[in-house]
Amino acid sequence: MIEGFTALYIFLLAALTGYEIIARVPVILHTPLMSGSNFVHGIVLVGAMVALGHADTVLTQLIGFIGVILAAGNAVGGYAVTERMLEMFKSSKGAEK
Amino acid sequence: MNDTQVLEIQHAFAQQKDNLQQLEQQVSQYVNEITAQHEETLVATVLHHEPPPPWVTSVIEIFYFVAAILFILGLKRMSSPVTARGGIIWAGIGMILATLATFFHPAIHINIGWISAIYVISALFLMLGLKRATRADDGGIGLIIIITSIIVAMTPTLLYPSNYGLIVIAVMIGSAMAWISAKKVAMTDMPQMIALYNGMGGGAAAAIAAVELAKGGHTMTIETLAVAGGLIGSISFSGSLIAFAKLQGILKKSFIFNFQQLINLLIFITILALGIGIVSYGAADSGPLVITFFMLTLAFGILMTLPIGGADMPVVISLYNALTGLAVAFEGFVLGNAAMIIAGTVVGAAGTLLTQLMAKAMNRSLGNVLFSGFGAKVQASNTEVTGSLKPIDSSDAAAMMAYATQVVIVPGYGMAVAQAQHKIWELTKALSDKDVKVKFAIHPVAGRMPGHMNVLLAEAGVPYDMIFDLEEINEEFPQTDVALIIGANDVVNPIARTDPSSPIYGMPILNADYAKNVIVIKRGSGAGFSGIENHLFYANNTRMLYGDGQKMAAELVHSVKAL
Repeated sequence: MIEGFTALYIFLLAALTGYEIIARVPVILHTPLMSGSNFVHGIVLVGAMVALGHADTVLTQLIGFIGVILAAGNAVGGYAVTERMLEMFKSSKGAEK
Repeated sequence: MNDTQVLEIQHAFAQQKDNLQQLEQQVSQYVNEITAQHEETLVATVLHHEPPPPWVTSVIEIFYFVAAILFILGLKRMSSPVTARGGIIWAGIGMILATLATFFHPAIHINIGWISAIYVISALFLMLGLKRATRADDGGIGLIIIITSIIVAMTPTLLYPSNYGLIVIAVMIGSAMAWISAKKVAMTDMPQMIALYNGMGGGAAAAIAAVELAKGGHTMTIETLAVAGGLIGSISFSGSLIAFAKLQGILKKSFIFNFQQLINLLIFITILALGIGIVSYGAADSGPLVITFFMLTLAFGILMTLPIGGADMPVVISLYNALTGLAVAFEGFVLGNAAMIIAGTVVGAAGTLLTQLMAKAMNRSLGNVLFSGFGAKVQASNTEVTGSLKPIDSSDAAAMMAYATQVVIVPGYGMAVAQAQHKIWELTKALSDKDVKVKFAIHPVAGRMPGHMNVLLAEAGVPYDMIFDLEEINEEFPQTDVALIIGANDVVNPIARTDPSSPIYGMPILNADYAKNVIVIKRGSGAGFSGIENHLFYANNTRMLYGDGQKMAAELVHSVKAL
């Protein structure tokens, strides 16, 4: 368990990291980057799995089940579209086949 | 009181003490017996749900830590076109590590035995099916493999129901649907797919909140975080779905009604009040409150997004992306999961910055996008259009470009709609063969989302080092012989520099009007997306090439090659 101020420190440092990463990104990569960060919050899958893991009533099992489906969709879909976009970026040297 | 009496009392005392000691011994013996008996049953239950040894938890934490590092490094690599592809693969490896490790989490009573073996085998077949299903030639067989593998995985889960089995099936179903849709979607439809996947993430965060609140037994701080994450997650979920429906063309209208802002505000205040109520009564005792809370937050997400016009959607999608990140981070605190906290917060911060950058590029403030029911407003400009539209045919236009030293191509979303990007790339190659220097100028909001046009050009094969953004290319227009504008309109309208009464006044534009000659490929003579007349089209150095983008580009290629 992560408690009180430790949690706050993690939050602060992670926020600064996120800001720093994006600050120098060229406009041409905005769409893939948004898609890439969309994939990264697909980590919610891990949480959804744990939540369904401790579900103890039919209702919570149902909500958890939907949660895991949605989270898996976020992670897998986010990865697939980002990879498809980035795969196409080539420099002139690479493009002359 | 005499001595005899004292002795008697002392004696009685001693006797009582003995009795007491005897009783004590009996009781402790009894207790021992009972504990011994119960220990057997206790041990039996523990064996049934055996908690994993401490090292397992440590290993899971290490996997989460590595995943968090891979996410950050991956995002970092994604910020340069040279390393971007590697970046998403790094992040992908991080995700796989974290997901696999989670199967061994104490909350998920993994069953190591034949049930797991079936799950693993069906998962492998699922991957095989997914690989086949996305191939154009035999998608049908792939689909059959996918459905069969999911049914096979369901069998042991139905025989021996467990949350573990449900998790495996949910992951399989979610992955299969997302993978197929992601591989099939056209590049022009990318923005709404991002909205859709993002909404799913928000929904998942809200689901975690709902399960944890229903389960109860958390401290007040944790419940507050769960409520906050649930609020943000469900707004992002329903809002993103509306954004998806709008961009996909399912919802065409902007819904604007009287007192809309006031109603939204009232709903939001009610939501906050319910949230406070849930936390102060304890979530486990306020079931109806929790249900009302989630219903209202979902409704709020819909109502908030409905009035926003299609042109502003990218900013909204980016905002919801940041919100989902934040919701994931909050639920990470609830579950004590460091990977979720770090990844969620990084995305929350990065997404917020990205949203600001996008809003700035579109010359809108975030508040303006969210609260003004706009996008569709057409404002008449005060400046009268002077000059006339001067048509040109494709062979003259081709000659102009073929004998130029430098040509700058300014593509807009219209080019993508006409599917002309491949022909434009052919044209670029034909011109390069004639020693013409060709550059692409991309406005930050070209396409449906900042950077979207770059993706579309990349799909056609245009290398990224021929593509320049606004600041890099603007000073080159005066030395440019021909600026070829295809499907772009507002982003080259000089009125943004000159007419303070125009709605686009102040928006940074590509100064294509400074080029020696301008050729505009356009289907008809109507106004652009914003409904504002484009003064560039009437300028003396501008020629209009009327026709479908793809057809005209093909004609240009043909004529240039013939020269």
